[in-house]
Amino acid sequence: MAKAIKTPLYEKHVSLGAKMVEFAGFVMPVQYTGIIDEHLTVRENAGIFDLSHMGEFYVSGKGAPAALNNVVTNDVEKLKIGKALYTPICTPKGGIVDDILAYRDADEQYMLVVNATNIEKDFEWVAGHLPRGLTVDDRSLETALVAVQGPQSELIVSEALSEDLDEVRYYEFISAVVDSVPVRVSRTGYTGEDGFEVYVDAARAAEVWDVLYDLTTGIGGVPVGLGARDTLRLEMKYCLYGNDIDEGTTPLEAGIAWTVKLDKGDFIGKGPLQKQKKEGLKRKLAGFVMVDSGIPRHGFEIINVDEKGIGRVTSGSYSPSLRENIGLAYLDLPHGEVGTEILVNIRKKPRLARVVETPFLKLLGGK
Amino acid sequence: MYPEELRYTETHEWVRVGDDVAVVGLTDHAQSELGDIVYLELPPAGTEVSAGGEFGVVESVKAASDLYAPLSGKVVGVNDAATGDPALVNRDCYGEGWLVKVELKDPSELENLKTAAEYEEFIGA
Repeated sequence: MAKAIKTPLYEKHVSLGAKMVEFAGFVMPVQYTGIIDEHLTVRENAGIFDLSHMGEFYVSGKGAPAALNNVVTNDVEKLKIGKALYTPICTPKGGIVDDILAYRDADEQYMLVVNATNIEKDFEWVAGHLPRGLTVDDRSLETALVAVQGPQSELIVSEALSEDLDEVRYYEFISAVVDSVPVRVSRTGYTGEDGFEVYVDAARAAEVWDVLYDLTTGIGGVPVGLGARDTLRLEMKYCLYGNDIDEGTTPLEAGIAWTVKLDKGDFIGKGPLQKQKKEGLKRKLAGFVMVDSGIPRHGFEIINVDEKGIGRVTSGSYSPSLRENIGLAYLDLPHGEVGTEILVNIRKKPRLARVVETPFLKLLGGK
Repeated sequence: MYPEELRYTETHEWVRVGDDVAVVGLTDHAQSELGDIVYLELPPAGTEVSAGGEFGVVESVKAASDLYAPLSGKVVGVNDAATGDPALVNRDCYGEGWLVKVELKDPSELENLKTAAEYEEFIGA
């Protein structure tokens, strides 16, 4: 395997004493002060994240909206300029190639934000499924991404930009500057809290990080690593590619049917997804809370009360906000229905859990 | 970080030996590597454990790790305060965050354990 890539903010993390790990070919901070502290600080105040491992592609050219709409399941043709959209990309069988954000920059230009694990695969997939004449430009390594998340994030980011962000609603974005550095700022995130994601040229990322870091920590916020990013998203039942979704699962099974627009015209995977919807799901991604002690982890087997296998844990953790052990699993129906008692095999001992409504954490609505 | 009077295992447990009873805990290195500890599974009093055998589990937010008995004997005490509040192990791993007390079967097994200096060398501290 190739040597892990350092993000433009690597030195910052090391000097802050972060514990660094390799993730998707990048050296990333997994924690600074501790996962629980970082998690709770994001929920109560604010946290700053380096997400420069994420990939960014630019798709442009005549006919880009219709052509891209054929590659994704959500509707990017209807998407307004200045807005972003969450969408899966599916295989012809309806399995998930990746889940991405599409930003509409202009009539015939989009920026796609893809998972770090899938940068190469997605580039080949997207480029290979768009007609000639359209350009797909991979700018992943030249683009850094800093997120500020939490109830105090608007205060921090508006101060950094010297701009009022009240008009920037959820999933909208603007171009702005931090000091003299041009940035793209969207009201998006992966924590469930109000928050912003700031895209900047890798060469100038450190300047933007410094400004946002000082403002964040100045009001008691903290830098946040991948560890707390994972617990924050899990409490919201946001899917993690490679754990909860992959080419063997469909958006309907994953519970993100709202991202599949079956009425928008043809797109890759439409047939099988339409069929699955019509015939009904055989399994679905369900959230559960442990009743017995023990923490469910990725891959653990789930059985029903008659000890028959009914699924596997896709994500599981201690939830710092709920102080309970929670998990996600594809469960054969009807076991995936809320209230069902299931058993998770933790170290060869079946332990009781209960299917619950998701998201696990109920938050007040944002902007 | 690694008190002189304790003995250590390569699996990151420590032992404090008194009169026939040894207190067992997790080293500072282990608690730091694991991060926030949120779950402990310890054997009930009366359980027989054998040197090198699994006797429990410690889990942090990110990872689960087995606990191995440094010495053979019978569990005669379990730290209920730590199972109730596993973060005690992060806060005070050699004190309030101890795990179990074991009545020793064969004190000569102590010779197989590492001194503080040997353990520090082992972890590359």
